[in-house]
Amino acid sequence: MVSVDVQGSSNALIQVRSLEKTYHRGSEELHVLQRLDLDVEAGDFVAFMGPSGSGKSTLLNLLGGLDTPTSGSIKVAGDEITRLSAGELTQWRARHVGFVFQMYNLIPVLTAYQNVELPLLLTSLSRSERRRHVEAAMALVGVADRMQHYPGQLSGGQGQRVGIARALVADPTFLLCDEPTGDLDRKSADEIMDLITRLSEEQGKTVLLVTHDPLAAQRAGAVLHLEKGVLVEAAIARTAG
Amino acid sequence: MKSLPLLLANLRRKKVRTTLTVGSFAVALFLYGILAVVRGAFSQGVDVAGVDRLVIINKVSLIQPLPVSYQERLRRIPGVKDVTYASWFGGVYQDERNFFPIFGIDMNTYRSVFPEFAISEDQWKAFLEDREGAVVGEGLVERFGWKLGDRIPIKGTIFPGTWEFNIRAIYKGAQLQTDVTQFWFRGDMLEERKPFQKGMVGWYTVRTTSPDESVSVAKAIDEMFSNSQWETKTETEKSFAASFVKQMGNIEFLILTIGGVVFFTLLLVTGNTMAIAVRERVRELAVLKAIGYSNSSVLFLVLMESLVIAALGGGAGLLLAKLFTLRGDPTGGLLPFFYLPPQAIISGLALALGIGAIAGITPAISAMRLRVVDALRRV
Ligand SMILES: Nc1ncnc2c1ncn2[C@@H]1O[C@H](COP(=O)(O)OP(=O)(O)OP(=O)(O)O)[C@@H](O)[C@H]1O
Ligand SMILES: [Mg+2]
Repeated sequence: MVSVDVQGSSNALIQVRSLEKTYHRGSEELHVLQRLDLDVEAGDFVAFMGPSGSGKSTLLNLLGGLDTPTSGSIKVAGDEITRLSAGELTQWRARHVGFVFQMYNLIPVLTAYQNVELPLLLTSLSRSERRRHVEAAMALVGVADRMQHYPGQLSGGQGQRVGIARALVADPTFLLCDEPTGDLDRKSADEIMDLITRLSEEQGKTVLLVTHDPLAAQRAGAVLHLEKGVLVEAAIARTAG
Repeated sequence: MKSLPLLLANLRRKKVRTTLTVGSFAVALFLYGILAVVRGAFSQGVDVAGVDRLVIINKVSLIQPLPVSYQERLRRIPGVKDVTYASWFGGVYQDERNFFPIFGIDMNTYRSVFPEFAISEDQWKAFLEDREGAVVGEGLVERFGWKLGDRIPIKGTIFPGTWEFNIRAIYKGAQLQTDVTQFWFRGDMLEERKPFQKGMVGWYTVRTTSPDESVSVAKAIDEMFSNSQWETKTETEKSFAASFVKQMGNIEFLILTIGGVVFFTLLLVTGNTMAIAVRERVRELAVLKAIGYSNSSVLFLVLMESLVIAALGGGAGLLLAKLFTLRGDPTGGLLPFFYLPPQAIISGLALALGIGAIAGITPAISAMRLRVVDALRRV
C-alpha cells in the first residue's frame, strides 16, 4: 500500500522521509519539495498529479537518482541512495530504474532493436542473451515487428512502446514514467496506458507515473497530488493489483 | 567495445559533415607527407655523409677554385688516407629543366674516397680508357633512357661550347639514400680543354684514417694553407652537407610554418565539428547517462569519435602521399631522394591522433559534465 503520512521506518520498497528540494534563483529560494514523506511497496502502481511547476518531475528525478535532494532520505530496497557517490548512483540507476520519458528520447541513429539493447550493453550478458531479452521486451510491448526500424520510421505510440521496452529490458526494480502519454493522441495514449497497466497487473512491476491526464491517473492503484511541496492522497480509483 | 554500433551510428549521422572533417584530415596529412618528403630530400645528404670524410673548399666561397697542386700537399698530412678532387661543370643536357650535377673527377682517387658508388670493374676500366668517357648514375639512365656507349652532348654554362661524352660506366647506390643522379667525367680532360682556370680544381675531399682524427686533420689542413693565396675551409662532410642545406633557404622554417598553420586550422575545424556534434546530442547523451552510462564512457564515446575521424582522414592522407612519392620525383631532378620514410608515416599518424584528441577533449569533457536533469529539461 502506498502511504504519504508515514513516520519512522517500514519495510516498503521505496521509503522517502522528510525530503526537501530547494532551488535558488538568484537571491530567491524556491522550496519545491518540503519535508515530503512517501512509502511505495513492491508492485504498487502510483500516479502523481498536480499543477505545472508543482515539483512532480523534481520528485521523480530524485527517486530515480538523477538529482540529489537538499535534505532528507530516500531508501530503495534498503539502499540509502542519497549517500551514494555520483559514480555509484549511475550504477544504481542501471540496476534499479527504468525511465520512460515524455519525448521517448530514443537515439535516432540506432534501430529500435539497438535502442532497447542499450541498457543491456552495461551488463555482462552475452550477445545471444541480450538478443533474447530484447526480443522478449519488444514482444511484451507489442513492437516485435519493428525491430529494424529507426525511431523516425515509427508512429508516436510505437516510439513510446520502444521507449518502454528499453526501460523494461534490464528488469529494473521500478519504472519511472514522466508524462509518458503527454505527447500522444487520445487513442495512442489509452493504448500506452493499457500497456503500463498490464505491466503492473500481469508482470507485477512497480510503477511511478506522473501525468496531467485524469483518465491515465485512474489506472493507478493510488493517485497522489503534489501540493505546496508535499503529497496528499486523492480518492483511490482502483485498488492496486 | 560494446558501444561500437553507437560510435559508428554517430559517425554516419551527418555524413556530409563527417566526410568533410575526414577530408580535412586527409588533405592536411597529405600535405604533411609531402612536406616530410621535401624536407627529407633536402637533408638526406646530411644523413648519409661519411663521418670520416673532410671537404676542403676555398675559404672565400664554394665556387672559388683551389690549385691542383694542393693534392700532393694534402696527402702528406698525417691522418690523411686518400685525397681526391672534383670540379663543378655547369652544364645543360637538352633542356634547362633537366638538372643534374655534372663534375670532372680525379679518376685515380675518386672511387677509394667514395666507396658508396657501386661500379663494375669492366665498366670502370672502359671509363679509364676513354678520355671522353663518363660515369652516370642509374637514376639518370632510367630517366633519359641512356645506355652504355651513348654519346651525350652537354652544353657548358661556365665553359663555353658543347661538350660530348661517351657513357662508359653506370653506377648504382650502395644505399637507398645514395644520390644516383650524378654525371662524372674525367678531370684530366677538363683540365686540358677548359679555356681558363687552368691548374685549378673545385674542391677536395679527404678520407681520414679514422673519424676520431677528423677534427685535428681539418685543423692541420687549414693551418697549412693559411696565409697562402688560396686559403682553405675544411669541414666534415656532414657539417658541410648541413651548411649546404642551410644555404638552400630556410626550408625547415618554411615547412614548420606551413605545417603549423595547416594543423592549427585543422584543430579548429575538428574542434568545432565535435562541439556541434555534442551540442546536437545533449538529450541523447543525457538519456545514456540516465540509463546508467558512466561519465567516463560518455567521455570515451565522444573522444573516440574524434579519434576515429582523425585516424581515417590521417591514414587516407598519408596513404595518398605515399602513393604520390612512389611515382617518383615530380620536379625532374631537383629532389633526388623523393621518399616518404616509415618514421614520417608513424609520426604523421601520431600527429593526426593528437589533433583528434585535443579537438575532442573539450566537447568530451562537456559531455561528461552534462547534468541529466538540466539536459532533459532543455527542449
Ligand atoms: N534547475 C532548476 N533551477 C531552478 N528552478 C528549477 C530547476 N528545476 C526546476 N525548477 C523549478 O521547480 C519547480 C518544479 O519543477 P518541476 O519540473 O518539478 O515541475 P513539474 O510539476 O514537473 O511541472 P510540469 O507539470 O510542467 O512538468 C518549477 O517551478 C521549476 O521552475
Ligand atoms: Mg514535469
